[in-house]
Amino acid sequence: MKLFTYERADSAQAAATDAAAAGAKFIAGGTNLLDLMKLQVETPTKLVDISRLPLDKIEERDDGGLTIGALVPNSDLAADARVIERYEVLSRALLAGASGQLRNKASTGGNLLQRTRCYYFYDTATACNKREPGSGCSAIGGFNRILAVLGTSEHCIATHPSDMAVAMRALDATIVTQKADGDRRRIAIGDFYRLPGDTPHIENVLEAGELITGVELPAPVEAARHLYRKVRDRASYAFALVSVAGVVAMDGDTVKSASLAFGGLGPMPWRNPAVEAAIVGKPVTTASFEAAADALLADARGYGSNDFKIPLARRTLIASLRELTGTN
Amino acid sequence: MFEKIFGAGDTNSLTMNKPHPDSLLDTGVQGVISRPIDRVDGPLKVSGTATYAAEYQLDGLAHGVLVGSTVGKGRIVSVDADAVLGMPGVIDVVTDFDTFLRNAQQGGETTAPTQGVRDVDYFGEIVAIVLAESFEEARAAAYALPIEYEKKEGQYAFQAHRTEGETPPDSVTPAKFTQGDIDQAMRDAAVTVDVTYVTPSQNSAAMEPHASIAVWNDDALTLYGAYQMPTSDAQQLAKSLGVSDKKVRIIARYIGGGFGSKLGIAPESVAAAVAAKKLGRPVKAVMARGQVFDATVRRSNTEQHMRLATDRNGRLTAIGHDSLTSNLPGEDYFEPVGIGTHLAYAGENRSITHQLVPLNLTLSGSMRAPGEAVGMIGLECAMDELAEKLGMDPIELRRINDPAVDPEKDVPFSSRALTQSLDKGAELFGWNKRNAMPGQRREGEWLIGMGVASAVRGNQLQQSAAGIEIRPDGTATVASAMTDIGTGSYTILAQIASEILGIPLDKITMKLGDTIDPPAAGSGGSWGAASAGSAVYLAAEQARKKLAAAMGVEEAELTLKDGYAIGDNRQVPIGELVGSGIEVTGEIKPGSQEKQTTQASFGCHFAEVGVNAVTGEVRVRRMLGVFAAGRVLNAKTARSQCLGGMTFGIGAALTEDLIHDQRTGKLVNRDLAEYHLPVNADVPQLEVHFIDERDIHANPIHAKGIGELGISGAAPAVVNAIYNACGVRVRDMPITCDKLLAGLPPM
Repeated sequence: MKLFTYERADSAQAAATDAAAAGAKFIAGGTNLLDLMKLQVETPTKLVDISRLPLDKIEERDDGGLTIGALVPNSDLAADARVIERYEVLSRALLAGASGQLRNKASTGGNLLQRTRCYYFYDTATACNKREPGSGCSAIGGFNRILAVLGTSEHCIATHPSDMAVAMRALDATIVTQKADGDRRRIAIGDFYRLPGDTPHIENVLEAGELITGVELPAPVEAARHLYRKVRDRASYAFALVSVAGVVAMDGDTVKSASLAFGGLGPMPWRNPAVEAAIVGKPVTTASFEAAADALLADARGYGSNDFKIPLARRTLIASLRELTGTN
Repeated sequence: MFEKIFGAGDTNSLTMNKPHPDSLLDTGVQGVISRPIDRVDGPLKVSGTATYAAEYQLDGLAHGVLVGSTVGKGRIVSVDADAVLGMPGVIDVVTDFDTFLRNAQQGGETTAPTQGVRDVDYFGEIVAIVLAESFEEARAAAYALPIEYEKKEGQYAFQAHRTEGETPPDSVTPAKFTQGDIDQAMRDAAVTVDVTYVTPSQNSAAMEPHASIAVWNDDALTLYGAYQMPTSDAQQLAKSLGVSDKKVRIIARYIGGGFGSKLGIAPESVAAAVAAKKLGRPVKAVMARGQVFDATVRRSNTEQHMRLATDRNGRLTAIGHDSLTSNLPGEDYFEPVGIGTHLAYAGENRSITHQLVPLNLTLSGSMRAPGEAVGMIGLECAMDELAEKLGMDPIELRRINDPAVDPEKDVPFSSRALTQSLDKGAELFGWNKRNAMPGQRREGEWLIGMGVASAVRGNQLQQSAAGIEIRPDGTATVASAMTDIGTGSYTILAQIASEILGIPLDKITMKLGDTIDPPAAGSGGSWGAASAGSAVYLAAEQARKKLAAAMGVEEAELTLKDGYAIGDNRQVPIGELVGSGIEVTGEIKPGSQEKQTTQASFGCHFAEVGVNAVTGEVRVRRMLGVFAAGRVLNAKTARSQCLGGMTFGIGAALTEDLIHDQRTGKLVNRDLAEYHLPVNADVPQLEVHFIDERDIHANPIHAKGIGELGISGAAPAVVNAIYNACGVRVRDMPITCDKLLAGLPPM
């Protein structure tokens, strides 16, 4: 048996310190990690159980936002009345992901750190730079239907599988952490994930032992429409081929503000200011929506079986913008 | 040696050489036959007390984990067992390059499948088993076991090798059948369709993975297995191990779905048996989900060249259904794609052929309704295309080509209610609301369409036996090596015995899935209910004779109800008529009725789908299946069988696609996250309607196969509805959104 030690942390600080050792991993819901351990895709030597830490609250902040504890289950977050009222996009994204049983168990922090669902990452009989740096990428030149068309490198074309994180990116969430050295820091979600480059095994900026303790959502945009649209191969329990998280406020026929993030396209919840710039401050026209799609997909590159994602993303974005701007 | 429980009593044997117009199921008065009775095994299953193959708790059990090859073709140079023998809990690493199965066996065979694994012929071929004191320890060692391969060039890409097909030997259907001159008929026809449909490889993906526990007692083997056909599986296993058939017993009381993948023995059985022999301990081997995909059975991919020709009135003059399928080198099994086409429609000039392309991919074999499930996609979608070209309603086209007798043999159908099903379905579904012009109905972003397809599934009767014991306390046991793979066999067999013997259901104990009981063909090809059911019928008939004699009345004067025998103005508890107990056996054999009539179940499917005009996502909104399959033995389990088949059809049309990496032959999507079966949200309200029918040529219970009728034709109804919804004709299954995108309305 692959042996590992198991420790139950009694504080966030202790957890961070415990997990700073090489080979250590946090475990909360375990919905992703345990599967990967059974396949030996993940082979931690030490598990630090954070599931009993008091990080399971959703709290109001003075600025009108919410702080979501890292251990708030996806089901609870999706069903929270404040989330439904102020951050509908987040509730919808959560409910578009996984299954009821998984959402009951999956945590907010863990969802942000989901590993890719690339077929080859999951299979130790194949090469994968993310799983085994330097071994090669089997997905390039192989079957890559669900993989990325934006932000890829010659070393990795994996997608980030989360729906929740896409909504959080659209909401400009901030990730709050506890570091092993006692410091805490706040990381804008836009700075949290890393592109694969030549180190696809490093997926975010967390340091050794650094624990996500919560996620802050800023005050909601007033009078905005929210949308989470997920295109997938079956009606439930499938990862996004393309997803759009949008929060748009209108001033008459003009787009007052827009924030748009995308799933299924890149190695991280994708957001590109040029997409929003194409429509903000402008009247609603098909031309401006097409310009937004052009901006999103300017650098898109298909790898064969995922080529269709490019036209699919274009159509899905345009339809989403119509809905968000009330121009259906 | 295993002690047989039944076999000593009288045997009532029937060979179906002539029609059997009278059935005791029509004269019985217990009133249980055909009723929607809950499954007798239901409480056990929902309470977790039905014991499946992997769940037997045996002393000294060693846990085995199977090791699959990591090359698609090659030769094993070495297996370094020493590298893992020191790992915690590891007992042994067992390899037997001669005896291990290269691949699973096909259903019903009585010989061993291809054996020998030094030469590897597909990625994931089971080459070793690691034994340890716990499953986790065995798994860790299995991951760590170093195996060195000499890699060889394999054939993995169907497209690259599609011209290398050869005509295989005939099987359940002729590999090659021609009648008249189809080329000339195509040239002479008023209207033709000449198109090619493609279906991918699929996996049965039964909920329970393949699992075996092997226990040797001296030189006799007991195998707790997840098998559909224990009688022939035991013969396969004995041949594989080089022991006498009499020395192998298979116990398969509960099976968590099979859908064909458990018809024949799979590699885990022999690996467990070889290891158990070597260790002198019971050995358990359960396939991991990925290994079920890698190393059991796939349904072959198909390429179906469809040719249809008609006169101006839509009468078919030619049907061509020429298919390519694939299998491992050296394997003869071909997906019998055209099997339903032989008897579906009239048409003088015919070509129904199959070629087999050798590929280094998992064995291809039976998966639910082998042949019809995919063959009717080609046929029924081509018929839809033909109807459109003719400007004719698709139901009308089928009606006028519904043959009065078998279109290839000069024999009648035993029963055939195709047109009747279509008419009933049209009425129930509201077919008259369909707009024949595609793309005309839109609700918001959704384009809505309707489709129809016929359902045809050949009927089979297989030699089977069953025993009945009636005890002095009035209780009875019905026993057979038949299986219940989740279908309801336990329930319907009890209903048959109860109806004829007048013994209440709660006084009947069912005993299935054990080869020490009377041999049976098991569950496969939808023959289980009719075959084992007829055997139970015949045993009950024999018992009834004995009860009549004990009562001193003529059989015709005897009424059996609620545990009593009634006749001659007397009412006697049945238990008092059996002395110290009676044992009887019934046995059914197929006969010349199969030649004198063409036997099949018929029906049709209607589907309404929505195609998203933005994304091309397809969602089935409702479906209706209308089926005529002889007597329905239990309205609830029969309906459930059809619902399952229709769900399979949704998967075949929209989601299921077993994908191999063309470079290595390795399966890419070998888990249930990425091999997309339809989930609840993909399956809308499904309606099932049965046409009342009796088939006196089929068997004494007058039932025909039903389990696979539900899938035959289900997928093409969905495919045709997609075309009607959006006007895009996709001929490459499954119809995922990417295949529709280019044909959708501009944004």
